[in-house]
Amino acid sequence: MTTTTPALTPPAGAVRMDRKRDSVRSWPLLDRIAWGMCWTVGIGLCVVTGTIVLFMAVKGVAYLNPKLLIEHPNASPNQASSGGFLDPIEGTLLITAVGIAIAAPIGVALAVWMSEYQRPAGLARAVESGVEMIAGAPSVLLAIFGLALFARPALAFLSQTSAGGSVYGKSFLTAGTMMSLIALPLVVASTREALMQVPAHVREASYALGKTKATTIRKVLLPSVRPSVATGVTLGIGRIIGDTAIVVFLLGASTRIEGAGGPPVFSTLRGTGETLTSYVLLNSPAGEGNAHEKAYAAAFVLMGMVLVLNVIVMRFSAARSQDEPSRWRSIVSSIPWIG
Amino acid sequence: MDRNPLRGRLFGGGPATAERRAEWALRALAVGVLALIAAMAVTVLSKAWPSFAHNGLAWFGGGGDVDSQLKAMINGPTEPARYIYHLRAWPLIWATILTSGIAVMIGMVASIFAAVFIVEFAPAAVRRVIDPAIRLLAGVPSVVYGLIGILAIAPWVEHNLISTQRKRSVVYVVQLTGANLSVAILILTLMIMPIMVAIVVSALETVPRSWTEGSAALGVNRWRTTMRVSLRTARPAIVAAAVLATARALGEAIMLAMVAGSRGFAPNPLDGLTFFYEPVRPLAATIIHLKDDLSIVPVEQTVYAMAAVLLVSCALLSLAGWAAKQPMKRYGIRA
Repeated sequence: MTTTTPALTPPAGAVRMDRKRDSVRSWPLLDRIAWGMCWTVGIGLCVVTGTIVLFMAVKGVAYLNPKLLIEHPNASPNQASSGGFLDPIEGTLLITAVGIAIAAPIGVALAVWMSEYQRPAGLARAVESGVEMIAGAPSVLLAIFGLALFARPALAFLSQTSAGGSVYGKSFLTAGTMMSLIALPLVVASTREALMQVPAHVREASYALGKTKATTIRKVLLPSVRPSVATGVTLGIGRIIGDTAIVVFLLGASTRIEGAGGPPVFSTLRGTGETLTSYVLLNSPAGEGNAHEKAYAAAFVLMGMVLVLNVIVMRFSAARSQDEPSRWRSIVSSIPWIG
Repeated sequence: MDRNPLRGRLFGGGPATAERRAEWALRALAVGVLALIAAMAVTVLSKAWPSFAHNGLAWFGGGGDVDSQLKAMINGPTEPARYIYHLRAWPLIWATILTSGIAVMIGMVASIFAAVFIVEFAPAAVRRVIDPAIRLLAGVPSVVYGLIGILAIAPWVEHNLISTQRKRSVVYVVQLTGANLSVAILILTLMIMPIMVAIVVSALETVPRSWTEGSAALGVNRWRTTMRVSLRTARPAIVAAAVLATARALGEAIMLAMVAGSRGFAPNPLDGLTFFYEPVRPLAATIIHLKDDLSIVPVEQTVYAMAAVLLVSCALLSLAGWAAKQPMKRYGIRA
């Protein structure tokens, strides 16, 4: 078959917007100023983002040396002998693992309940605004709530107990639990959005085959929303990695990861440590270390992680959809709060 | 199928029972999350009570140096009967109002321009760049913003913008350094812009095309069309964006603790330009500032009182944001 169809071109004059006739030069002065402002701010945003990335890259390349990544930190006033930041990196990974291990299953379960069951309706509405409230709560608030919560004797097994019997309340488990609250709204929003987009006939087809609702959810709905769950989890990881307040209050800020005794893994989880964010804070002029080279190097590693997560989200999410409104809505829901 | 599968046995065999158990489990989880939120509100408010009870409404007022009041509290007696609770938190509250208020005002105007640029004027190539740029800007950890602020921007401001004369003019009141209100506002504006731009853009994108086309057909240029038709339709979204951004700005702690100067000082707008170079410390940053003194009971309760103020304001703002978005539903727009 070699028949070629002529290229479809719109008839002359039917082009939607004639660029020449809508030339900015014909606009009133005020409108032209506004137009200029739009361009300035828009391009400015790109330039600022680029500058931040470049600045961190330059500082990172200048101060990061591979030894920093594999050395344990030492408490030392001297930058030359204070070691690297292996422990903070491990701490970041550990706390992310704990946070996501809690947030992912609970988030998916909540989203399923909110989109598939929502009974009673009042409770569903309450949960919806509750999740929204967590999303809007500053992390410093969650942090000091965690401090009050985990110092209760009933929750002593999550952290250490001093000789006097007072519960310390600071450990990877307690900090990770509070971190899961940060990631939760992202997982819920992303999963719920995807579940709402599954057409009703998919569910009906499953019911028609005699499947129960629970089976339908498990075998039909959850597999189909897996990419969105992954997006939500990735966004959650980004939040957890970047959070400082919870780490400052709930991880104990010990220079090295210190176990609390007991079975090997559980000992570490109950112990204290440090993450990259708290390491940066501690070594900045605002902290005690005042070792700005180390702070820049650690912040560079942190930025690298954030960039990688951003790329993952961009590649595997609604971000790729050509539909502009839904893409921007996905950006809105991916920013529960700043910082 | 049974209309209400929950009316029946919860235990025993059969698929119907498994069904019921699944729903009950999920419902229990939902109730658990609500209970946790309620516990948070109750814990924070009850721990905060002694501080409010001792100071009354004067807690929110001014009077004296808030930093020396906090110091007295930290060094105070340890017997419960003689705890010192005296606090006049106005400088901290004023700092919170100033930083978030000014940042949101600047950010709002800039975000509207940026959003209109993205929707109306940006060429396809720029659009492809600006979308990941905004995502990235939203994803930068606040400690990194703080680090850039304290190590790069603050020294520059100190050396180039604050003259020795200006420093000397207020030397008996406050010491001016690079870490001050202006740097805090600058970075905070940058931090809250992504959410505002994203909300406004997603609202502008959902304005029915025929409305703007109608305006364009009458010969109205693109900027006027956007102003008079699209932005007017998206007004609720703009209000919602401002409200949500305010909530974020109130809660920002780490960055402000690093770059705002960390001094409980209430800048006076009558100082002219010096006003912007005066150090502040908002409520959330003060909580971070006091992190090592929480073992002292009155300090702990005062910190919870600050957290309670933040909690209540954020809850009110989130309510206001929800209310502001309601008119959008009339147009069938989900923003």
